[in-house]
Amino acid sequence: MDAFVNNPVVEMLQDPVLYIGLGNGLMLTLEIAAISIVLSSLFGTIIGAMRYSGLPVISQIATTYIEVIRNLPQILLILVSYFVLGLPGKWAAVIGLTIYTTAIIAEVIRGGLNSVPTGQWEAARSQGFSFLQSMWYIVLPPAVVKMIPPIVSQFVTVIKDSSFAMVIGAGELMFKGQILAGKYWRPSQIITIYVVISLTYFAINFAISTVARRLQKKLSVGRGSIGN
Amino acid sequence: MTELLERIGFLQQGPFSVPRWEALFASMDLLWDGALVTLLVASLGLALALALGTIIGVMSASQWKIPRALARAYVEFYQNTPLLIQVFMIFNAIPILFTGMFIPVITIGILGVGMYHGAYIAEVVRAGIQSIGRGQLEAAISQGFGYIGAMRYIIIPQAMRVVLPPLTNQAVSLIKNTSVLAVIAGGDLMYAGDAFAGRYGHYGPTYIVVGLLYFVMCFPLARLARRLESRSKVA
Repeated sequence: MDAFVNNPVVEMLQDPVLYIGLGNGLMLTLEIAAISIVLSSLFGTIIGAMRYSGLPVISQIATTYIEVIRNLPQILLILVSYFVLGLPGKWAAVIGLTIYTTAIIAEVIRGGLNSVPTGQWEAARSQGFSFLQSMWYIVLPPAVVKMIPPIVSQFVTVIKDSSFAMVIGAGELMFKGQILAGKYWRPSQIITIYVVISLTYFAINFAISTVARRLQKKLSVGRGSIGN
Repeated sequence: MTELLERIGFLQQGPFSVPRWEALFASMDLLWDGALVTLLVASLGLALALALGTIIGVMSASQWKIPRALARAYVEFYQNTPLLIQVFMIFNAIPILFTGMFIPVITIGILGVGMYHGAYIAEVVRAGIQSIGRGQLEAAISQGFGYIGAMRYIIIPQAMRVVLPPLTNQAVSLIKNTSVLAVIAGGDLMYAGDAFAGRYGHYGPTYIVVGLLYFVMCFPLARLARRLESRSKVA
């Protein structure tokens, strides 16, 4: 019993500061990730459509953006947003993540649209559908089913990569963990903090991946016969 | 000419001024050293990731329950938690597990990216194996191959074509992700750049050059992946 009471890990787990700190960190992690996901979905769709359009200058701008950004590390983009653009911590993380994720989502959008054979377009147009109608009724439905798995796995990546904001001290979950690891410095306590943080990320991301897998299965029912 | 330059304010002051560029180019050795560390960590990390990914991928495609469950657990854990926390775990766990053992930060980086991307590569390998029809495996086994032998000689060579493009993409991500070493003072390119930029405040030029160096390492591989992709579609 004594060993249990004096156990440094048990002592730490009874301290509300631990939960308040990690809780605040988690809220900021989710906030950073959510804003980045919304912004990069928006910009990613625009840039992806620009590249898909094949219009001379417009698609070249999109291609250059995608090719340059995809080959740079996330941490670098977050550091640039913080030190060069001079944004405050939270927004530097959001902008750094958004710049990168936009390029990835753009590629997913283009890949999804490209997966629909051009014959489908031609058939739709020949039946009197307008450009927007063909897009909405014919091309998008199967394309979206193709886009869901890579887009969701990118959302999971955004949640994970928001931990890189630690390098600028934005105060998200990972950074809060480091601060707590300064207070509870014993190796067993530090490891416990990391295990708690890992499980938190895992629970969120695993839930998202599972829901996405179900959704994709549901949507692709009855679509398997043609083109797949 | 110099007089003219001096009159143009932003070339003399501000985040991208000429003196900052000169200071950076005078210290380029720091960045070259960092780039070498990045290449070293990336290549050894990739070797580890390929080895782990192949073993775990074969396990998760196997018909036996226990290896399959173990492989699933590994993949789900590593894909759903940040690389950064895994690196911190290794950093803190090794001195506890092996008391008093000192391991260089570079080794932590290799283990970190190797195990993380090993999970992604395992999924690529599994998808590759499953893209080959079951009949192939059955035919091989009926011809007297064991499970391992059938994999080694029949399934994996065919799966390689499906697997190569996503594998190359994983190599690109792995190179970029070695930059987490910067957080634990790993001496890699990101760390070298950040340390130099932070010491003198030359953020602008340093980050441009660091970005350029990462781009030079990643872009050829990304292009290769694109080419392999279009080739495997034709075939």
